[in-house]
Amino acid sequence: MRPTKQAPPIDKRLMEKVGPRLKTKKALSPELGLRVLSFVFILVMIVIPMIVILQDAFREGFNEFWHQVSLPQAASAIVLTLWTSALMTAVNAIMGLATAFVLVRYEFPGKRLLNAIIDLPLAIPTLVTGVMLVILYGPQQVLGAFLKERIGFEVIFAPPGIVLALLFITFPFVVRTIQPVLLELDQAQEHAAATLGARGWTIFRRVIFPALALPTLSGSLLSFARAVGEFGAVVIVAGNIPFKSQTAAVYVLGAVESENRLAASAISVVLITVSLAVILFTNRVLARRRGA
Amino acid sequence: MAIDKIDALRKKDGGWGPRVIILTVIAYVAFLVLAPISALVSGALQKGIPGFSAALTTPDLWQSFTLSLEIAIGVVAIQGILGTITAWVIVRHNFRGKSLYNGIIDIPFALSPVVVGYMLLLIFGRTGIMNPLLKFFDWRVAFAVPGIFLATLFVSLPFMIREMIPVIQNLDRSQELAANTLGASRWTTFWRVIFPGLRTALFYGIALTMARAMGEFGAVLVIGGGVQGRTATTTLYIFHALEERQYVEAYTAAILLGIGSVLIVSLADWIRHRS
Repeated sequence: MRPTKQAPPIDKRLMEKVGPRLKTKKALSPELGLRVLSFVFILVMIVIPMIVILQDAFREGFNEFWHQVSLPQAASAIVLTLWTSALMTAVNAIMGLATAFVLVRYEFPGKRLLNAIIDLPLAIPTLVTGVMLVILYGPQQVLGAFLKERIGFEVIFAPPGIVLALLFITFPFVVRTIQPVLLELDQAQEHAAATLGARGWTIFRRVIFPALALPTLSGSLLSFARAVGEFGAVVIVAGNIPFKSQTAAVYVLGAVESENRLAASAISVVLITVSLAVILFTNRVLARRRGA
Repeated sequence: MAIDKIDALRKKDGGWGPRVIILTVIAYVAFLVLAPISALVSGALQKGIPGFSAALTTPDLWQSFTLSLEIAIGVVAIQGILGTITAWVIVRHNFRGKSLYNGIIDIPFALSPVVVGYMLLLIFGRTGIMNPLLKFFDWRVAFAVPGIFLATLFVSLPFMIREMIPVIQNLDRSQELAANTLGASRWTTFWRVIFPGLRTALFYGIALTMARAMGEFGAVLVIGGGVQGRTATTTLYIFHALEERQYVEAYTAAILLGIGSVLIVSLADWIRHRS
């Protein structure tokens, strides 16, 4: 047997070995290096470019910034961007909710295929989305010509095309935020409501929807934030017609190309502000859901 | 058993309701997603298989596709390392302004690609703040591949981080402590204990980043500006082909890019479901 008097008790020995390592985690350590690396990455990639553009937009003062934003063509582009995004968000909220509900609660042939199709817009580049819509609804195409001449409904180079493109791109956002919540939803409450004589629609409105309201809201906000800046699909579908189909992002492109730096920076800052505000608000909504 | 009865009652109660909802959703998906996709396929085939295959074998297309692929691979490598580190820092570290930091990560997701390209132009362009330095070293960033690379890096930034955060949150820390107790070095702990838990999410993050990188257009258009031919990515190739009214070429390239992206993401989906 080995002498035990020299060896300290096992837990003490353990602490001697592990203790210093646990302590270094808080002080100087590779962990600190990781944090610095991450900060530098985000600083260089996101923060500095945003500061540069902010500084550029206000370099002639706030009045000049406001002048650029309130020019009729710029203001009209911003308004068009906001209302098409808002309309898309409303449709997306309703259809996303319905799609998530159908995928979770009902069994039908082709359900797995439908579930797979939902993700396609995430993978398809937005430029390709724009090309697809122009082929389908373009004025030279069968369907597009029919809609334009018989019904007088223009899709391409007009706001409906913008809304359609935005709907395609953001379709998965609402569905995929609601789906996991609906899957985890306790059905006992619905059963209780059914026992008490509530009917399908009442159960949905009073029991199911309140639980889905927050995910629906956060998914919708996310799609709105994404839509406001959308460019690839919109520039193909809507073209670049001032006061009619020119969105804010396309306006910025025009300003960059004509070297109108003040206009480009000013409208860029408006787009940045909208996206940032919506994202921070969405994160807050999500944090509240986790807290609840 | 009672629940079965209630469910049966509810199903009966629902009557036509469920069927109407299911059919509405299917019709909506067909109208919104499937119709445009089939339009693209028929558009590419408007001059038949010969026209399609001629467009598919254009050297310019494959040159641009190769460049897109190279840029995407480089971007994925950087995001794989720095994105994972950033996700780690967000989950495991506590510091002031962490929620703001967390919000900043999402900016590229919502920021207009045109603005992204323009920001880079303000920094690296002819009148940009970095211009003296670039001139001194004779580097070209704007209207060249490095600019396109930076733009792609920016727009694809959140994907890896967002994929990694929940996985790192769910890691079992007692295993790391156990490895630590057994005398494993940090490096060994990372490779033997932490990394295996991250692998699936890493694949998925790589796929999403890759798809986003291959498909980036707006930022690349602004910062890549006048470049044509040799330094054109696939999306720029499609845009130029459309402008020159070479529709079959444009549609064929769009199909190639679309199928490529969908394949990458489906492969990652498959890996995720298998494990």
